[in-house]
Amino acid sequence: MAQYPLLRISGLRKVFGGVIAVDDLDFDADTGSITALIGPNGAGKTTVFNMITGFLPPTDGEILFVERKIEKLPSHRVARMGVARTFQHVQVFSQMSVLENVMVGRHTRSKTGLFLSLLTPPFWRPEERRIEEKAREWLSFVGMEGIADRPAGSLPLGNQRMLEVARALAAEPKLLLLDEPASGLNARETLAMGELIGRIREMGITVLLVEHDMELVMEISDQVVVVNFGRRIAAGTPAEVQLDPDVIAAYLGE
Amino acid sequence: MERRDYIGIGVLLAMVIAVPFLVDNPYYLGVLVFTALNCLTCIGLSLLMGYAGQISLGHAAFIALGAYSSALLTTLAGWSPWAAMGAGAVISAVVAVIVGVPSLRLKGHYLAMATLGFSAIVHIVAIAAVDITGGPQGIGGIPYLSFGDLVLDTDIRFYYFSWAVVIIGLILALNLIHSRMGRGLRAIHGSEDAACAAGVHTALYKIQIFIISAVYASISGSLYASYATYIDPGPFDVMHSVLLVTMVAVGGMHRLWGAVIGAVLLSLLPEILSSFSGYFQMIGLDYSQDYDILIYGGILLAIMLFLPEGLFSGGRSLFRYLYQKFSPAEEEG
Repeated sequence: MAQYPLLRISGLRKVFGGVIAVDDLDFDADTGSITALIGPNGAGKTTVFNMITGFLPPTDGEILFVERKIEKLPSHRVARMGVARTFQHVQVFSQMSVLENVMVGRHTRSKTGLFLSLLTPPFWRPEERRIEEKAREWLSFVGMEGIADRPAGSLPLGNQRMLEVARALAAEPKLLLLDEPASGLNARETLAMGELIGRIREMGITVLLVEHDMELVMEISDQVVVVNFGRRIAAGTPAEVQLDPDVIAAYLGE
Repeated sequence: MERRDYIGIGVLLAMVIAVPFLVDNPYYLGVLVFTALNCLTCIGLSLLMGYAGQISLGHAAFIALGAYSSALLTTLAGWSPWAAMGAGAVISAVVAVIVGVPSLRLKGHYLAMATLGFSAIVHIVAIAAVDITGGPQGIGGIPYLSFGDLVLDTDIRFYYFSWAVVIIGLILALNLIHSRMGRGLRAIHGSEDAACAAGVHTALYKIQIFIISAVYASISGSLYASYATYIDPGPFDVMHSVLLVTMVAVGGMHRLWGAVIGAVLLSLLPEILSSFSGYFQMIGLDYSQDYDILIYGGILLAIMLFLPEGLFSGGRSLFRYLYQKFSPAEEEG
């Protein structure tokens, strides 16, 4: 039997009214690799993320994750299968503390239901303690253990992006989708983010990212998929893609 | 639960124990029993409004389901009042699923519409199904609750019992919001997308919370039936549902303690107003209960305009503000 990649996108299409946002897109993401999805603004990259994570149903096409079709599953089911993501516009739970944000990330890894929640106070629940321990571990993984009790909404953008990654990692996903993780970050923060993504790969987590910072993309990616107007115009290693005439045309606007 | 919550429960418990030593008039004890019943319903409603972000305009109907289940099963079928209360809770939970599932799968305030309709149906059935519910005549002779030989047949006994139920209900609700599930619900408030991406099953949680809040209302109704020993459709109309929502909103819907405070204040308000009725006559107004609704409306309007977070959180911010403004450390030249 052929070895399937962790994620296989085939013939993926999304039409909004008369606009074709994603058109017949194919690509694979192998286990443990970093794949970057790049392209000009409005190329449909975030739409692809939204379809993989169950926020949008595709008009057509297939998304295979661990050899299962997931394109019709709702987002919480996709999350439970081991797909975590961050958002282009940071989405932290601003009223909750940094620690609590990451604790929400443990949702798919814990299971206390309605009745147990009602009947036992938190300190009687061993699971609640484990959730907190794990959340603290992931906070120190991204270097934020010192500000665990701050309200998430009060953090600067760089920290909020890191927090989103920590929350996603807390689910211990197989596949991590990062939507423009370096957007709005300064040079130092971008460096730290690149280093963090490298460490995430070392743990065996497959990463799919959308990013505009080409230096970062070319440095960390194993595979780059270039899309324009929802279509794939090139795919390959960073070196291959950089020499592709279609890519140069799309980026330089020929 | 947090430390503040334990302190709050301690204070509430102390007040519940102390009040009968100050008030021994059975009429006022009765008022405090009804206050407890409103509190219980409002705690459930606050879970729904403050944590699941949904409004129910039909909680009076769930109270009615509890009350009529208790009344009918004890008087016609001879069940024990406890069993009847349990049956009422189960019936309410099932009805909550039927009413809630279609509307809570949709985003938006469809639940308010569905429960409003449901509430009207229950009220009409209670009035019109004369053969079963006794119609406007109601049902009498409902037995008291009892623990073995201890029958809850006096105001003071029922007063302690009803407030004990409120405190238990409050502790359970506090457990719930400080759990994985409560965190998930609060996360939905912060960002529904991010909560979904973290695996929070938004629709399921909303339905479960709606069921819990319906059961709280139903138990409150059963307690009402066995305290009053007589029920008629009067108290279970849509206006009572609106009043309950007002209580939660006035106290502050994002805090369970807000619901307790709102329920206590607005349950006692008519008594306070009627004790002032003499003054109303002095300024040439003939005070009647009809003005209550006007005053409730005014209070709700004022709260929404000036303290949208409710009395509990609003009062706290006000206190902090005054403290900072007048604290001696900050006073300089």
